[in-house]
Amino acid sequence: MEIPKIVGAGLVVIGAGIGIGRIGGSAMDAIARQPEATGKIQTAMLIAAALIEGIGFAALFAVN
Amino acid sequence: MVISRKPLHLILAAFVASLPLLSLASTSNDTVAAAPPAFESVKHVEPMKGEGHEVENANLTEEQKADLERKAHIKHHLMDSHDFTFFTYGKEGEKYFGFSLPVILYDNGLHLFSSSKFEHGEGVAESNGSYYKINHHNGLVYRTDAEGTFLEDDKGHVTNVKPLDLSITKSLFMIILVGLLMFFLFRGLGKSYKQNGSIAKGAGRFFEPIVLYIRDDIAIPNIGEKHYKKYMSFLLTIFFFIWFLNMFGLTPLGVNITGNLAITASLALITYLITTFTAKKDYWGHIFWMPGVPVPMKFILAPIELLGTIIKPFSLMIRLYANMVAGHIVLMSLIALMYTFNSPIGSPLSFFLAFVLSLLEILVALLQAYIFTMLAALYFGAAVEEHHHDEHHEVAHH
Repeated sequence: MEIPKIVGAGLVVIGAGIGIGRIGGSAMDAIARQPEATGKIQTAMLIAAALIEGIGFAALFAVN
Repeated sequence: MVISRKPLHLILAAFVASLPLLSLASTSNDTVAAAPPAFESVKHVEPMKGEGHEVENANLTEEQKADLERKAHIKHHLMDSHDFTFFTYGKEGEKYFGFSLPVILYDNGLHLFSSSKFEHGEGVAESNGSYYKINHHNGLVYRTDAEGTFLEDDKGHVTNVKPLDLSITKSLFMIILVGLLMFFLFRGLGKSYKQNGSIAKGAGRFFEPIVLYIRDDIAIPNIGEKHYKKYMSFLLTIFFFIWFLNMFGLTPLGVNITGNLAITASLALITYLITTFTAKKDYWGHIFWMPGVPVPMKFILAPIELLGTIIKPFSLMIRLYANMVAGHIVLMSLIALMYTFNSPIGSPLSFFLAFVLSLLEILVALLQAYIFTMLAALYFGAAVEEHHHDEHHEVAHH
C-alpha cells in the first residue's frame, strides 16, 4: 500500500471523526439546555452523523 | 406529472419482483477485491509478524501463511457463493456442512445444474457441452475448456467468457427467505387486527410501534400529510428488508447480503426511480431553474442540481454497503486476532472486544435501515413538495 493512500485514508477518518464529534458536542449542549427535546435532538444527531459517515466511507473508497 | 396511485403500485411491485434479478449473482470483483485490502491495511498495526506481502510461496513463514489464509477466509466470507456452506470441519477443512444451490446460467441456451458439480470451487462443471468453473478470486463463474483453465491478460484479469449468471446464490436465497419471513410476519399482524378488534396479537405485535413510528416520524414530517400514503408501503418494506438482512449478516450463518454492492445498488436504483417518476413539475422546475437566486447562479446551479439527483441515491448505496462491509471486516479480523495471539490473555481480550463490537454492529444494523428509510422519505418529500409563492422567496426555499 503506498504512503499517499495511507495518509489520505487517515485524513478522511480524522475529518469524519472531527465532524461527528462536533455534532455530538452540540447535541449534548442542546440536550443540557432543554432536556425535554432530547428525542428530536437525538434523531437529528443520528441523521447528521450518518450523512458524514457516508461521505467518509465514499472518500475511503475513492482513496482506493 | 403525478402518477396516480394504482400505476405506482404496479411499478413498485414490478421492481420489487425483479429485485432478485437485478441483484445478479456476481459481485463486482474490483470493488470487493479493492475494499478488503484497504481496511486490512488500516488495521494492520496489530502484531502480525509478516513483513511485507511478497507472495513467493517458497519463503513464507508459518506466520505469513496463516496470515494469508485468514485474509482469504475473510474475503471468502464477504463474497457471495454458489452453495450454502454453514461450516467446514475435518483436519484440513475438507468436509463441508451445508447444501448446494441451483446454478442457472444463460450462455447460448439455458444451463441448469446443481452447484455440487463445482465441488466447492475445485471442479469443472459440464453442462450441455460447455465447461464452467468458479474463479477463486472473485467467485464468478466463467466458461472454460475441459480442464478449467483461466486465461489472463497482462494485468492479471481473467479474460474467459462470463455467461449470464442468474443462479440462486447464497445472498439470493437469503433475500427470498427474508421476503417470505416479512410476508408471513406482517400478514399475520395485519390479519390479527381484523380478528381481534384492532388489537395486534401474535409475533407481529412487536413491530406495530415501529410501523407507527415510521408513519408518524419518518413519512409524515418529510413527505407531508397529503402524499405520504403513496410511499408508505415502500418505506416500510425497505426499512424491514434492510434491517432483517443486516441482522442476518450478524448471525453465524455466514451470509453477507447488504455488504454486496449489487444489492444496495438495486435498492438505491428503485429509490431513484420512484423519486423520478412520482415527482411533480415543481421538483424539476426547482432543479433546472432554482427560484430565489440571481439568474447567472441559476445556470450554474442547474447541472449541479442535476448531478445531485444522481449522487443522492449513489450515496445511499455507498453508505449502506460500506457500513456493512466495514463492520464485517473488522469483526472477522478481531476474531482472527484471537488465533494470532494464541495466548491466555490476548485471546480472551480480543474475544471480548469482538463481542462488544458485535453489539455495536447490531445498533448499526438498525441505524442503517433507519437512515436509508429516512433519506428515502426525504427525497420523496422533496419530489412532491408543494410550490410556495415566489413573493415569499427572500430566503432560498429548499
